[in-house]
Amino acid sequence: MLKLASISLAALIAVTGVAAAQALEDRVTIVTSFSRDVTTPFVDAFQKKYPGTKVEIQNRSTTAGVAFIRETRSNPPDMMWASAPDAFEVLKKGNLLQKYEPKSEGVAPKVGSSPTHDPQGFYFGFAASGYGIMYNTRYLRANNIPAPKEWDDLKKPIYFGHVGISAPSRSGTTHLTVETILQGEGWDKGWASMLEIGGNFASVSDRSFGVPDAVNSGQYGVGIVIDFFGLSAKASGFPVEFVYPTVTTIVPANIGIVAGAKNQRAAQAFVDFLLSEDGQAVLLDPKIQRLPVRPASYAKAPAGYPNPFTDPNLGRRVVFDGDLSEGRYELVNSLYDRIVTFRLKELTEAWKSIHAADAAVAKSNSAEGKRLLAEARKLASAVPITEKEASDPAIAGAFQEKRPDRPVAARQAEFEERWDAFARQNYAQAKTLADNAARAR
Amino acid sequence: MTLPAPRRVGLLARWETTPFHLICAGTVAAFLVAFLIVPVATVVFVAFWDGQSLTLVHFADFFRTSLMIEATWNSIYVALMAVIVATIIAVPLAYFTVRFRFKGAALIQTLGVIPLVMPPFVGAVAMQLVYGRNGSVNLLLMDWFGFRLPFMEGLNGVIFVQGLHYFPFILLNLSASLANIDSAMEESAQNLGASGWTLFSKIVFPLAMPGYIAGAALVFAKVFDDLATPLLLNVNNMLAPQAYLRITSVGLADPMGYVISTILVVLSVVAVWLSLLSLKNRDFATTQRGGGGLSKRELRTWEKFGAYAFIAVALILALSPHFGILMLSLATVWSFSVIPDAFTFAHYITVFRDAGGMMANTVLYCGVAALIDVVLGTMIAYLVLRTKLPFRQLIDQIAMAAVAVPGLVLGIGILRVYFDVKLPFSGESLATFWVMLAIAYAVRRLPYALRSCTAALQQLHRSLEEAAECLGGDKSVVMRKIVVPLMAGGILAGFVTSFATAAVELASTLLLVTRDASAPLSYGIYVYMQSAAGRGPGAALGVIAVVVVAIATWAAYRVAENDRARRAREGVAA
Repeated sequence: MLKLASISLAALIAVTGVAAAQALEDRVTIVTSFSRDVTTPFVDAFQKKYPGTKVEIQNRSTTAGVAFIRETRSNPPDMMWASAPDAFEVLKKGNLLQKYEPKSEGVAPKVGSSPTHDPQGFYFGFAASGYGIMYNTRYLRANNIPAPKEWDDLKKPIYFGHVGISAPSRSGTTHLTVETILQGEGWDKGWASMLEIGGNFASVSDRSFGVPDAVNSGQYGVGIVIDFFGLSAKASGFPVEFVYPTVTTIVPANIGIVAGAKNQRAAQAFVDFLLSEDGQAVLLDPKIQRLPVRPASYAKAPAGYPNPFTDPNLGRRVVFDGDLSEGRYELVNSLYDRIVTFRLKELTEAWKSIHAADAAVAKSNSAEGKRLLAEARKLASAVPITEKEASDPAIAGAFQEKRPDRPVAARQAEFEERWDAFARQNYAQAKTLADNAARAR
Repeated sequence: MTLPAPRRVGLLARWETTPFHLICAGTVAAFLVAFLIVPVATVVFVAFWDGQSLTLVHFADFFRTSLMIEATWNSIYVALMAVIVATIIAVPLAYFTVRFRFKGAALIQTLGVIPLVMPPFVGAVAMQLVYGRNGSVNLLLMDWFGFRLPFMEGLNGVIFVQGLHYFPFILLNLSASLANIDSAMEESAQNLGASGWTLFSKIVFPLAMPGYIAGAALVFAKVFDDLATPLLLNVNNMLAPQAYLRITSVGLADPMGYVISTILVVLSVVAVWLSLLSLKNRDFATTQRGGGGLSKRELRTWEKFGAYAFIAVALILALSPHFGILMLSLATVWSFSVIPDAFTFAHYITVFRDAGGMMANTVLYCGVAALIDVVLGTMIAYLVLRTKLPFRQLIDQIAMAAVAVPGLVLGIGILRVYFDVKLPFSGESLATFWVMLAIAYAVRRLPYALRSCTAALQQLHRSLEEAAECLGGDKSVVMRKIVVPLMAGGILAGFVTSFATAAVELASTLLLVTRDASAPLSYGIYVYMQSAAGRGPGAALGVIAVVVVAIATWAAYRVAENDRARRAREGVAA
């Protein structure tokens, strides 16, 4: 009898112990840059599973979100949930995230060529996305333009003035695309490609969503965007299509627990939920359309759903060097702004003349014309610094936060002025050369 | 004539100041220090910091950077041209509504405010869908005539959009000023043989100058500091977008963004100061107030036709983005076509659940903000124009500087200073308490109310107050019974502009809102406009925001109108 009682007592203790471990706090607050379309299905599913916990969503742009978490250290929100990996890096470096080891059996350790979770365990990839090309079918038909398939297609003269992108300094995912092209094609060739594509830009937007917005409305026909922008717009009924080029990069969208979070257990449960079978299934919702990080979840996906774990083209071609990328992160952003974003007018004028000269020289077949044209192309696709200089701490350091342990580099403004002058001069000269080439007989 | 002033002592007498004035000055100064200077300084000091010590090297860099020099000139050029465009639209509208007996003058005044209410993102999409490269207008032009007009390209595009967007600043302030002119002035001029254009250009317009200058200065400062329009048009080589792009890049500690902000503040203040200089040493004040402004007359048939045609063209141009928002809110899909594919009410049903609370929050926050603004604006105007208090100009300039402070900077500053201050009882942080959001709006919109109040007081003759003091009223009574009622038109114009523009403020909202339940409409619009599927619901909320502001404006006019009628009746009775 006594034995029985002690067993039942032990059982009781075990049960209550489990119950105590399971009892989550009654709420959890999440700062996110995702729209309601994305957050609501997850929140509903989570609250159904844990009825005692209310999820409070605070929508903020990524910048505002990072600033908010930094300024509210004494009583922070519990989690940060966003796409941009760079935002999480900034939070991690500022000691604003806390470590956690999520229950993630069945989650692939790598997606594309990058690890799914932060190797140090500060933030966790819950969905994958790849960069590609989105286009408005009505627009292309009306302007008689073929649908693009590869990055190189966007260099063609027929796309002049029809392409848009968001600035890499404004969008962590665009930055990764730029970096992927630089690593895939090499520094000089990569920049040459981007400047030639840049010659066809209608605009460089200051926010990621500006690009799908413009393609959806038909302001321009072709946008370089992350997949879910294209796929979800299509699912919402817009006349748009999305394709992955052969060279693309697959990156995880992330969630992290903020250091000093009040509702730790609920926050951890939310991470685990996102990575669980139920959570991953939500990603297939037509308004969300992101790629699950559990390979098994693709079984329920509709036919034709992109799958980075079976499609050899998706994000495996390029081996991404994270250290290389990190060392020149700010510099690449600033350089891109200097020679593309802020000098777009000059750049597009130069390439317009080059395209015209191309056609004229093909007709005239003038040797002088060919020589001038080659020179013009060279100028319009040149980059002001070498790959080695870009990773030199004395230069790259000028673009990073001043810290006592770093040597004081020259000032950012000095480099920027030099690059700006370089770009203006080159583009103006390229235009003159190309115009002369067109006239050469 | 100078009246025997009540006996005062020492400094107070020299400053022509009473204790009441000192209390006003103290209140204003405390507000500005607590909610503008300190929060902004904690953020902007980076511009003066090289890692170890104070420095001006970043400012030297600014002037060495050709992109910045180019951006400065572009900003000045665009702001001046936008003032001209806004003047061309606003001056005739103001004159028609005040000068002639006109059906629907109140309607014009109300519709004239709507352009200020450009909901974030929705407004941008709608502008592009109407005037953009492949917007409705250009698609029609392409179909019919085979060419496009570059409404939204480059600096001229910015001027076009800004002129349409901000002309209400001139319309509202000029109308208030025109309504304040004593009809005796006009009658004297007519007796001396002036009429038509001579009467307008020599008498009426010069007397309304304080209102016009207030409006024009606001248009200049606002366009100079505005970043929404250049960003919408992807014009980067202007100062405000340059500052914004640098400040809001994730993780970048680039001092140049704050250098640009500081320079924006300085140049805006200089511009307003120059505009006030043009009014100096001239007297715009008139004493008789019973008559109720200019005499109104009927229009001849052909004049009526011309006036209506002008009003129609101006309002169609200015309100077409709002018509675009309305269509967007009712559209299923609208892409590369003149009008949407089909119409639906589904988006309104989607937002129905959230909209009520957000509407109430918007009215509450913006109402409180606008109220703070007109109270502070009246106090500052009074201190500047009626006392010789030291530093009174400085207060005016600091308040004005708020026009150029980016919302994000103010938001971060407020979080930094007030987040750890806890409210009694609830324990909630002061920074995320809703009143703080209203205060942030008030700080950002104070310049609008301030300019309107200053213009109104400039037209008010001092002798009226002196007479009241002679009859025994002390300063606070005179303020309450004489000054404020006589400034009512200008105060109302200030209230309306502050309210309308606060209703669509986004940057500081995004930092300070922490719960859906306390979110205003602008937050809701932002949340929806982040996805393709949210475009319709976002537009529906945008329409609701516009309607809320329109109703509030109309109600404000009704209140003012009733008040004026009541006073006129009392005047007759007395």
